[in-house]
Amino acid sequence: MGSLINANPTVYERKERRVRSTPANTDENAEEPIDQLEIFDILFMHYFHVRDIKDPEHPYSLEELKVVTEDSIEVNDKQSCVRVTFTPTVEHCSMATVIGLCLRVKLMRSLPPRYKVDIRVAPGTHATEAAVNKQLNDKERVAAALENPNLVEMVDECLAPTFA
Amino acid sequence: MEDGKKLELREIQRLEGHTDRVWGLAWNPATGGGAPAMIASCSGDKSVRIWEQNPSSGSWECTAVLEDTHTRTVRSCAWSPDGRLLATASFDATTAIWERSGRDFDCVATLEGHENEVKSVSWNASGTLIATCSRDKSVWIWEMQPGNEFDCVSVLQGHTQDVKMVQWHPSLNILVSVSYDNSIKVWAEDGDDDDWHCVQTLDKTVSGHSSTVWALSFNSSGDKMVTCSDDLTLKIWDTGYNPSQTNGDAYGSWTNVCSLPGYHDRTVFSVHWSREGVIASGAADDAICLFVQSKNHTIDGPLFTLLLKKEKAHDMDINSLQWSKKEPRLLASASDDGTIKIWELVGVF
Repeated sequence: MGSLINANPTVYERKERRVRSTPANTDENAEEPIDQLEIFDILFMHYFHVRDIKDPEHPYSLEELKVVTEDSIEVNDKQSCVRVTFTPTVEHCSMATVIGLCLRVKLMRSLPPRYKVDIRVAPGTHATEAAVNKQLNDKERVAAALENPNLVEMVDECLAPTFA
Repeated sequence: MEDGKKLELREIQRLEGHTDRVWGLAWNPATGGGAPAMIASCSGDKSVRIWEQNPSSGSWECTAVLEDTHTRTVRSCAWSPDGRLLATASFDATTAIWERSGRDFDCVATLEGHENEVKSVSWNASGTLIATCSRDKSVWIWEMQPGNEFDCVSVLQGHTQDVKMVQWHPSLNILVSVSYDNSIKVWAEDGDDDDWHCVQTLDKTVSGHSSTVWALSFNSSGDKMVTCSDDLTLKIWDTGYNPSQTNGDAYGSWTNVCSLPGYHDRTVFSVHWSREGVIASGAADDAICLFVQSKNHTIDGPLFTLLLKKEKAHDMDINSLQWSKKEPRLLASASDDGTIKIWELVGVF
């Protein structure tokens, strides 16, 4: 890769996980609501294997770069809606659409199909915020992008279980 | 619609077979000869399926699968006015023309020229012209020649982003395109010299949409048009003037009649106006809404009111809706859930 968009990103420590309480009701058929932490876990962990989404240009996860935090995930389980607001590391990050696409693909592959997913950059954190948001939420463009082998390879690389 | 009756959208049948989201569908307009009702549907599974209604049992079944021609998503499909030819537009940058004889379909032509994804295809009223549009921001007009030859007669530039849908006026050679650039463009021919140009742009300056315009539909007489958008509204337009004859004179231009906001919670992908005057809209909120023009006119013009809203019409986004021409109370819908549903608008006491 040539010159990096952000050569020296700030790397943060991974967040301590809350211990999830085991529900008293162990009926396997009971529909469990999906909460914020679960979405975060889908995005960043799978069981006990760390499966962080890798930044497209750094060997760090989006969590370590604080591109996505637990608080940036809003879930309305009743209405089956998830909104992820991510913060690109620099204002002119040309990788923003790829990061957004990775988040969308990861959630598409992990959540029940009834979920509606909105992905956006945090207000004021990207020079072309409106354009990035529009593109990330146009399902026809997303569908076309996911038929592009080069782009899919890039996304899969970011979503690969081991990148370190 | 009848007074004193409550209207209901009743599910007749769910058609399963596609292995990915269904993007589009089209009723075959051929009438007479006791021809069975027929629908073509197209999908992210790269195939087109033909569905026929069994005349005796009334049940729908898949009678043909057109595959191995398009190499990517088939985004939209449209029958020629006589129902003999089917055009299919694909993300593979081509539009295929299929000829039907009985239940057999042969690909008789491939329209190539767009740089990338073709998103929509439409036949004009006489079946002599085809319009296509693409992510390459252009709209192409093709003329049908004898022997299934298609010549490109015009490449229309003007949109600044992907063009989502093209649709011809139901009787005039006027073409409308809608785009990711939030605008609607009206195209007409200049005299007899085959020179097409944009006669009007309907955008925010004339109470147009504030986000991607996904679809449009004319009423049967062509004096009104409805559009739907990512801005969650439907808009009705007065298209009573022929804009190709006024040459930009503001007096003859198409104008916004009203906006229908607040009925869908997510992007409205599809809208279709029935022969009987019922507008159906389908959206990413999985719901179908039906609207009619109310009998009470105000001095500001006609009013459109919600007839009914069918929540959870599908398990996922609704991408396309179309009323049958032959039986105007039958509606078909296509969804991300991979199914097509046939609905009947019925009055219940």
